[in-house]
Parts: sequence; C-alpha cells; structure tokens
Amino acid sequence: MKFRANLLIGGALFGLVVIAGLFAPLLAHTDPVMGANLMNAELPPDTEFWFGTDAQGRDIYSRVLHGARISLTVGIVSQLINTVIGVCLGLSAGYWGGWWDDFVSGLTNLMLAIPSLIFALAIMAILNPGLTSLLIALGLTNWSFTCRLARASALSLKSQGYVQAAKVLGYSDVRIMLTQLLPNMLGPIIVIGTLGMGGAVLAEASLSFLGLGIRPPYPSWGSMLSDARDQITTAPWISIFPGLAIFVTVLGLNLLGDGLRDILDPQSRTRRA
Amino acid sequence: MTAQPLLEVQNLRIDLAIGNARFPAVQDVSFTIEKGETLGLVGESGCGKSITALALIGLLRPPLSLAGGTIRFNGKDIQNLSSAEMRKLRGNRISMIFQEPMTALNPLSPVGRQIAEMFVLHKGATWKEAERHAIEALASVRVPAPDRRVKDYPHQLSGGMRQRVMIAIALACGPDLLLADEPTTALDVTVQAEILDLIRELSAAKGTAVLMISHDLGLIANMCRRVGVMYAGRIVEHRAAEDIFRTPSHPYTKGLVASLPLLGARAQHGQKRLQEIEGVVPPVADFPVGCRFNPRCYAATDVCHVDDPAVTELRHGGYVRCHHHD
Amino acid sequence: MTEVNQDTILKVEDLAVHFPVGGGLLGGPRRFVHAVDGVDLELKRGECLGLVGESGCGKSTLALSILGLQKPTRGRIVVNGHDIADDSVGRMTRARTTQMVFQDPYSSLNPRQTVRKTLEAPLRLHGFNAKSEIDDRIVDMLRHVGLRADVAKRFPHEFSGGQRQRIGIARALILRPQIVVLDEPVSALDVSIRAQIINLLLELKETLSLSYIMISHDLGVVEHMSDKVAVMYLGRIVETGNWKTIFSTPRHPYTRALIEAIPDPFKQSRGMKIVGEIPNPLNPPAGCGFNPRCPEARDLCRVPPTPDLEAIGADHLVRCRRVHEISAGKLTAP
Repeated sequence: MKFRANLLIGGALFGLVVIAGLFAPLLAHTDPVMGANLMNAELPPDTEFWFGTDAQGRDIYSRVLHGARISLTVGIVSQLINTVIGVCLGLSAGYWGGWWDDFVSGLTNLMLAIPSLIFALAIMAILNPGLTSLLIALGLTNWSFTCRLARASALSLKSQGYVQAAKVLGYSDVRIMLTQLLPNMLGPIIVIGTLGMGGAVLAEASLSFLGLGIRPPYPSWGSMLSDARDQITTAPWISIFPGLAIFVTVLGLNLLGDGLRDILDPQSRTRRA
Repeated sequence: MTAQPLLEVQNLRIDLAIGNARFPAVQDVSFTIEKGETLGLVGESGCGKSITALALIGLLRPPLSLAGGTIRFNGKDIQNLSSAEMRKLRGNRISMIFQEPMTALNPLSPVGRQIAEMFVLHKGATWKEAERHAIEALASVRVPAPDRRVKDYPHQLSGGMRQRVMIAIALACGPDLLLADEPTTALDVTVQAEILDLIRELSAAKGTAVLMISHDLGLIANMCRRVGVMYAGRIVEHRAAEDIFRTPSHPYTKGLVASLPLLGARAQHGQKRLQEIEGVVPPVADFPVGCRFNPRCYAATDVCHVDDPAVTELRHGGYVRCHHHD
Repeated sequence: MTEVNQDTILKVEDLAVHFPVGGGLLGGPRRFVHAVDGVDLELKRGECLGLVGESGCGKSTLALSILGLQKPTRGRIVVNGHDIADDSVGRMTRARTTQMVFQDPYSSLNPRQTVRKTLEAPLRLHGFNAKSEIDDRIVDMLRHVGLRADVAKRFPHEFSGGQRQRIGIARALILRPQIVVLDEPVSALDVSIRAQIINLLLELKETLSLSYIMISHDLGVVEHMSDKVAVMYLGRIVETGNWKTIFSTPRHPYTRALIEAIPDPFKQSRGMKIVGEIPNPLNPPAGCGFNPRCPEARDLCRVPPTPDLEAIGADHLVRCRRVHEISAGKLTAP
C-alpha cells in the first residue's frame, strides 16, 4: 500500500536526522568548530574522515551531524511558532467572523503576496544574524497556509451540531475553539506543519548560504555549502554531504507529511446504501 | 395489453465487497412491474432498496456489484448489457430521480439546456428543436413561466422547483419506467404533496410505470397499488398497499405499522406508548444467520435462528418471508 | 416584571428577529428579512409545544432565540419571571435553564470526545468538582436515557444512530434544565428506531418534569407528543391551540393544507390542495402572508395590514380575516 511506504520511508529518513542531531556529540569524531587542523585540509573521504575534510581541515562528517541540530531546531521551533500564530488567527477569524475575519484574511493575503524568503531576509537584515533571529524571522513569515486552513476548518466545523450544543451548554467562545474545534482540525494542521518544517529547513539553508543565517564557524548546512562554493570542482565532497543532508531531511519531511495526510485526512466513513 | 410484464426481476443478488470478503447486500429479491403500474419498495437505510434501483439502471459501482439474478425489461434480459447498450436504455427507456436534485443537476449549465440535452442525445433532435421541447417539458411539470425558467441555473431554483426539473429531465423521452428514489424526502410536506401528485398524474398520462422507493410507509401506501417491504437485503413482505396497513403479516411490518404515530391515532386511542421494535438495523457485513430479522423479532423461535424462511404465498394475494406469519 | 402565572415557565412576548441583507460597502441597499416577526408564546410547566411550518417559516430562528443563540431585534423572552433576552443573563445561566436536542445524531456529537467527556465537561464547567458526584450524575443520566454505564468510555462512532440520539439527549439533560428544545428529534433516525426515542422523550418529560418546545415537520409525531401546537408562516404564528383543536378542527387554511398534505395510506385523493412555495421573505405579500397560495383568499386578504391573531375559542387563536366565513372542515375549491 502506497501510503504506508510514504510514511515508513519518510519516518525513517526523518528519524535518521533526528538521531543524528540528538546524539551528535556521541557520534561525531571531532569537535565541529574547534576541530580545525590545516594539516588535514581538503582531504577526500577515507576511513578516518568518512565525509572528507573542508578547507580548514575540519571533519565534514562531524559538522554534518552537528548541522542536524541546527536544522532541526530551526525547522521545529520556527514551524511551531508559525503553527501557533496561524491556528490562533485562523481559528478565531473563522469562528468569530465579522471585522476580525476581514482583518485576518487581509493580513493573510498580504503575507501570501510577499515572498516569505524575501520577508525573512528583510527581518534578518534588521536583526543580528544568529539562531534566535533566524527562529523569529522564519517563525513570523510562514503562517499564512496554516491560518487559511484553520479558518476554513473553523468555518465548516462551527455549524456542526456539537459546536452549537457546546454554546447551549454555556461554553465560552475560547473554550469552544479549544475543546470542540481545535481537536477536529488537528490532522490537516499537523500535515501542513510537517511539510512546513521541510520548507523551514530549506529556508534556513538558503539564509545561511547568503550569510544572513547561522554565521561560520557554526556548522549549519547552509553556511557549510556557502563555504564550499569555491572548492566545488576541486573538492566536491565539501558541498555534497551537507547538500545530501538537506535533501534527505526535506525529502523525509515531505514524505512524512504526505503519509500523515493519507492517514489523518480521509474521513473513511463508508456510506450505507 | 400483453401478459408480459414491463420489468421482471428474479433472484437479484448484489454483493458488497469489504476487503476481500463479499457480503450479500441484496439477496433473492424478485418482483415484477406491469406497464403503467406503480410499485413501492419501502425499508430503512441499509435495507438495499436504493441499490436495487441502481442495479436496474446499471449504475452499481464498486464496492457494490451485481452477483446474480435476472433483470428482464420489455422481454429482454438487461443485466449483462454492455455499458454502451445500457446508456441507450438509461434516460431513454428507464430513468431515475433522486432525493437531492441539487447533486444530480449540473450546477454550471442552465436547466433548460440540461433538459434539451435529453432530446438531442436520445431523440436526435437539433438543439433548436430541443430548446423548444425543454420549455414544453418544464410547462408539463408546472414550472411557472417556463420560457424564462429554462435560462435559470439550478442554484437559482428552490428545492421543489429543482425536483420538478429533475422530473422533466427524467420524463423527457417518455420512458417506460421511472425509478424514484426518495424523491420528496428533502422537501416540505406541501411541496412533497405537489410533487407526488405530479408524478402520479404524469405517469398516468404517459403510461409510465414507476418504482417508488421510500422509508415512508404512509407515502408508499398512498402512491402504490402493491408494496414490497424490504429488510436487510430481502423483500420480507409483498402485498397490496391497503393490506400492508390493515393486515400486516410479517412481524417487521407489523412492528413498523404499530410504531408509527399515525395522524389521528391519538384522538382515537389517546397518548399511548408507541410499540417499539427492539434493537438496531444490522449492517450488511453483520446480517444474522437464519431469518435476518430474528434478533429483533418478538415471535422468533429456534428455527428462526437456523433456517432462512422461504416465501409463503398468502391467501389474499402477496407473499411473506417468515416462519411464523399470520 | 411581568405578571407570571406559577404554571408558566416560558413566556415569549412580541419577539422579532430581523436579519440584515445586503448593505455594507458594495452590497447595495440594506434590507431586512423578518425571520420572526412579533411572536407571542406561552409554555406551561410539563407541556410540550409543537412548532410546525415549512422550512423558512422562522421556527428554527425562534427556537435559537429562546436558547440565546440568536439575539432578538425586539421583544422579551421570560423564563421563570426573568427576561433572558437581556444581555446581562449569561450563557451559563441560560444553559442551566434551556437545553437542546439536535436533529442529526451524527454531527451533533464531537467525534473526538468519549461519552464520558461529553457529559463530564459541562458538569465541570458548571462547578461540579467532586468526582463522586460527577460519576453519580453521569451514571444516573445514562440510565435515564436507557444506556448502560459502561458505554461512557466509548466514542460516538461506536454507536448506532438511535444510541447517539440517546447520548445527545443525555447531554441536553445533564445540567437538569427545565426547558428542552427538540429540533426534529427523530427525523434523522431509522423508522424502526423512532418509536424508541419518542417514548423515551415522553417518559423523561414526566420523570424529570421537563417542558418541551418541539420543532418537527412530521405532523404524526407532533400530534402524538404535543399538548399545544403553534403553526408558523413567514415569521408569524398563524394558528395556535391545543393539539386536539389543531388536528381535529383546524381553522386556518394553511394549517388545513399542512394536515391534508400528509400522504394518507388509505386514500389517494386529498381534500385541499395548495400550490406554490413560501414567498421570498424579503418581499412578503401585502395583507395576509398566505394569500398567494390560499384557495380561500379574497380581495380583503390582499389589503394591508397583516391580519391579527384572533381568539375564536378557548386557547384557540387564528390569524385569518375570513375565519368566520370558512367554517371548520368545509373548504371550497378556488
């Protein structure tokens, strides 16, 4: 069955990245920042340096492992911020309607009209480069899809009998949103969140590549790629392995998102004849 | 009039596939419809009445499939027709109307065009002739100002008007048989009464036979001369309409008749507790062994849990499928 | 404060709900649909009031106002001597007085909540904290609606339609309300299940001393359950009286048409037919709202204003100018 394959492969790939990130200090051979040794510069992969070394002679294998920590942190935390913003705005807009809905919908459309990476670039240009700024920049720029989804779900769910019943039972609006609407829209939101995490990992890599994200010498996959630009023909392994890591993470997250969608989405209620 | 009935269904069986298992959603269903006659099929959700109609018109789709029996229409077996041959029959000789006309009508096309299409498709009319026929057809279902209404889109019409349009489409080619599946369930009672009158009058005028399907026993008895009561995929009782209410024979029919709060009953007998039928309608995958009504039946004995009751002809016409019928 | 009879639990006075249509920046002229237009009702303790009429007649809007889900444009809704149309009466107070049973047992239960959670959450919200008391109330309520206590840990999809409706009834009654609005309580259920729920509702009315307002299009059910019946058309009550009067000697042509429209299993012909559908409420006809469809309509029926509700017998009110000319039971063809 197709959906199981999506879920399994996606889960396995993403699981691999999570394990790499969690146990990076144990799995790494050298310190990713301090391990520079110009004697070993630009060595191709061998039994000692599995992924080879970079221009400063740092072990790329160790740096890729540590890079997973940064990518995962950025992906998970920024997407969590996005999800919270998107759900709060979309859920309340759909449920309350009126001027608040007009305002939120307008804001969402505005956000969708601005390319989120450019927006994040602008925020990063104002803030100092670094992990916290990156989380803020990516966390504030990618909530519009979640917001739209939450709004649409709230609109369709609020006419359900159990929502009416909750009102009649005296529930406050906030309680209705949290206990009646939110649990019933969570499935698709998790899917969007998972897919968004892949996007955030890519965005982090792009920003770091441009020098506006994680600054060297910290081992972000994006900044590693950026460093490796000049040696791409002479020492391709310096760019291949961080690139591969990004590829595996994003692919894993996208497959996982697709797999979750197949499980969570179809209301497999069979109709009686 | 020939002796041959318009439609003769024998031992119809429809299977429902769940995973690799197949369950008989409809089994041993046999009935005939004479030319111009109105036959009623009554039953609850899941009893198989709607899929029986779909089988007649060749519209069963997986997980449902025709698994046995013969369907003889105008003396010709139609259960094995190719889809091209079935298409020629469908809409032309046999047509169907549904509960919710909004989903059966194309929302992007004016209703006049949807009616006209039938004349172009089945009668080879030009679009110009067909448009004129469409106005006549709308007038025949008593839509006011039909020459203006033909330009309306389905969402511009009320539920009752949409059902009239559906009837106009269904009767456009003067079919021999109209399948009406809960045609008034979504409508208000006053509109329902008008639609029922319309079906009654038009079918009488054009000699169209009708298979009327509903969960409403009163409506079926009102509309039809003969009635088949379905339960869990079988016709459990087949009687003249007036006998169903006066002398029901199957315990299920008796239960239904006694459980209905009929208009006027309270004035006669006071506010009595309604007679209840215990239990719930079983799902297709869970039909009981023996008589399928046995878990809910007050008269069930050991034999009912083992043997499937055969058909017993009743003295005053009709038949019943019960070990302990009156 | 209005004079209130001890037996009167609910009094609706001159209630109106007008919805704005159009208006705004681009919406063209702002107009109002008079969904409910000057309704007076009285519900006595232990009574069941049947509200009947075609879709769009305003019966649902009226019920929503009584539940506090729809703010009335004008008028008073007095429960136990207190006007609950007033904003100062909160959802919580209303919740303990008025509850609702929904039509569709499938969409009216939260699919992610167990039966226990469905019943426990409102109790906690209304200040019940002791686990033993909550348990007792839940078990007691499940027993009242004919369910075993062990169903509490199950989710809605594990139940049949009839059982779900029992859970919906338990939820409506868990706060011990006095008035319950029943919105088509059996029409979404299988025919063979309806009798169970009707019997249950009538039983609970006695054992828990409830008063019902029931909306239904099934006149058989209305006749069986109601003590009093109000027939609505275009936002107004056109006839009201006790069930026997309404069903045996209806006087308004619309009431008669509704009753005649029920398919009679024993005869095919109908005594009285009306044609057409409810007019556009944005543009109601002048005079009596029913005149375009009424076989009895004469010129005087087409003259404004709208006819008044007129008492023609004990508790029997009819809104028809020709009520004295058209005698009960005999209707002329147009």
